[in-house]
Amino acid sequence: MAEYQNIFTRVQVRPLTHGAGHTGMPLPRGSWPRIGGVNFVHLFGYFGEAQVGPFYLGTLGLASLLCGFIAIEIIGLNMWASVDWSLTEFVRQFPWLALEPPRPEYGLSIPPMNEGGWWLMAGFFLTLSMLLWWVRVYRRARALGMGTHVAWAFASAIWLYLVLGFIRPLLMGHWSEGVPFGIFPHLDWTAAFSIRYGNLFYNPFHMLSIAFLYGATLLFAMHAATILAVSRYGGEREVEQVIDRGTASERAALFWRWTMGFNATMESIHRWAWWFAVLCPLTGGIGILLTGTVVDNWYLWAVKHHVAPAYPFVFGPVIDPAGVQGGGQ
Amino acid sequence: MRPLRLATAVAFLLLAACERPPMDSVQQGYRGTGMQRVTNPRVAEPVLAANVAPEALAAATPSGTLARDTFKNVKVLGDVDAAEFTRLMLAITAWVAPEQGCVYCHNPAAFEDDSLYTKVVARRMIEMTRHVNADWKAHVAGTGVTCYTCHRGRPVPRAIWYTAEGGIQKTAYMGNREGQNAPSHVVGLTALPNEPFSAYLRGPGGSPIRIQAGLALPNGNFGSIQQTEATYGLMMHLSKALGVNCTFCHNSRVFESWEESAPPRVTAWQGLAMVRDLNGTYLEPLANTFPAARLGPQGDAPKANCATCHQGAHKPLFGASMLKDYPALAAVALPAPAPAEPAPAAAAPADTPAAPQSATPLGKVMFDVGKSDIGPDGQKAVADAAKAMKDNAAVKVMLSGFADKSGDPEKNLELAKQRAFAVRDALKAAGVEEARIELKKPEFVIGGVDADARRVDIVPATP
Repeated sequence: MAEYQNIFTRVQVRPLTHGAGHTGMPLPRGSWPRIGGVNFVHLFGYFGEAQVGPFYLGTLGLASLLCGFIAIEIIGLNMWASVDWSLTEFVRQFPWLALEPPRPEYGLSIPPMNEGGWWLMAGFFLTLSMLLWWVRVYRRARALGMGTHVAWAFASAIWLYLVLGFIRPLLMGHWSEGVPFGIFPHLDWTAAFSIRYGNLFYNPFHMLSIAFLYGATLLFAMHAATILAVSRYGGEREVEQVIDRGTASERAALFWRWTMGFNATMESIHRWAWWFAVLCPLTGGIGILLTGTVVDNWYLWAVKHHVAPAYPFVFGPVIDPAGVQGGGQ
Repeated sequence: MRPLRLATAVAFLLLAACERPPMDSVQQGYRGTGMQRVTNPRVAEPVLAANVAPEALAAATPSGTLARDTFKNVKVLGDVDAAEFTRLMLAITAWVAPEQGCVYCHNPAAFEDDSLYTKVVARRMIEMTRHVNADWKAHVAGTGVTCYTCHRGRPVPRAIWYTAEGGIQKTAYMGNREGQNAPSHVVGLTALPNEPFSAYLRGPGGSPIRIQAGLALPNGNFGSIQQTEATYGLMMHLSKALGVNCTFCHNSRVFESWEESAPPRVTAWQGLAMVRDLNGTYLEPLANTFPAARLGPQGDAPKANCATCHQGAHKPLFGASMLKDYPALAAVALPAPAPAEPAPAAAAPADTPAAPQSATPLGKVMFDVGKSDIGPDGQKAVADAAKAMKDNAAVKVMLSGFADKSGDPEKNLELAKQRAFAVRDALKAAGVEEARIELKKPEFVIGGVDADARRVDIVPATP
């Protein structure tokens, strides 16, 4: 195991007899055959298994990819049309290009195609694609006799996506509350969203979401580092260590108990990681859902509930000139 | 070796758009609020160089007759002494059409002829300049503006705007940009709406700029995200035009709060109101005067925004007042078309060149690094100011001390105060009564261009 010394493993995980890949267990009756055959990619072997395929496409996979393709096409062609079908401009301006949601005056009605209709359609197909892929993930796990943890973690991300693009606009009564499809435009949308609703940093669910986000990365780093550190004792064979705690597990546990008094177990560390990851979009979605529907200005909400600190007004009185002159701006 | 070279190349590519440190930063708000002015001296230098006021023309010997009696068809500057009028015309030529000369506006055979559109526009612009100096002191203070503030030696100022080409093309079936999502320098290369001016600055009564709710819970504020993006676009323009960050005016944790804002926000608010007034009253109506080539894609006249005057400086020309050398431009526009409020009747007496307006600075006393004693140049400035005060017994002055940002900030604050005291004592020694001198702590005691920052301003106090 002395080969596990680099950030990339130098061990190629592949069968000894060249060409004879692992095809997996037989599929139940009525399933599509697995496609693509067995391939080996040396480069992939540096990062994971060298074997690529066979791949199970199935009805759900095909439908999901098709819907995803339609959504990407609608978005991409709209972007391309917005630069008058110039390929060079499309590449040059790509980070700025977007497909915008309808204007507020359309409410929840279906707007003309070029005034938000394409956005609704792209959103519909993208949502459908994700939901179909979710069912596929669930079904593949069941087919392998696994738990459905991956599917439920994915569901948490879909929840945040649906809140942003569907549920919250529905509650606000305007499709215009949705997010544009585009690189810089969705980032500008995020900043504008925070400003409009009085600074999202004062939203407690946003705080929780950030805590889980950073917490998840911290846990990931701690766990990965621990396992790599005991891999010389076979620590990376985690499943076996869960059942039969060997010296790698003992050392890893002792390390954290000595360092901070408490240690997770070989099994519980994965529950920690799973929950932190799942709670990040879950709480984030709640925070977005409450914004505008229940709370209009998070900063003022935080002042009301003694969350926001008060600073001295160092500039002396600065008075709203609109109030002074009796006019509105 | 190869991975190292690759890493260097990647790092170089990733950092290619970054500015080289170190930056200068000056704390302005309360500690911990991030209200700092961050400047990159390497970026600031060309902006400083591009914003220097030209030398004033030598003063004219009064001719004793008025322009309207000497020249024909003088409609706006008729109340000015003829010699001063000629001097101002020469200055305007240098400011606006240095290459084209007088004939850019005038028919060389008959200077009184109004046949060139440029002359009609220029006359209206002189009225506008006087209107700004007389009625928008809330924004331009005593510094005032001249033609040069915007023109900088160009017949058409560098930063103007037209209404963008029509919003939605009804014939197109896809690719609607909604007036945003393009790399535009107007909004600092964000994807925000890149022509935020038509909505907000075209004339009085534009769309509301404010978007944040004044109450914690929903209470009838239906401002949309798209409106917020438009406001954001306008603010990006403001920020770029003035070469400052959001925190120059705002405490960014709560943009809407005036209590937590810095004083320049009030000046900026007045500026937005001023631009609306100028666009609506003076610039937009000129659409019929301009030839088609000068109009925008929608057939509208060229208009002003923050960048038209500011051109990257938080104060145009970094606060240098050219108005004091051309007082005729400070006089109240005679037929003020729609003044926001009745302007004080401060027109110059008919038989002398116009006197300086009350709020133009009386003097500026410069100091050496770390010193609060007045040098020979400073003594002369004090003597001039004292003489002006003796000549006009009604004038009171305000003294504001400044310091540069090198060294200990607390000591610099004290130094700025001591400088103001020194000038007060010098004025008293020159025979000015103490009751006519007021000490005022400026908005920003520290900062600015270093040599310029070590000074005391002597400004007439407005009652």
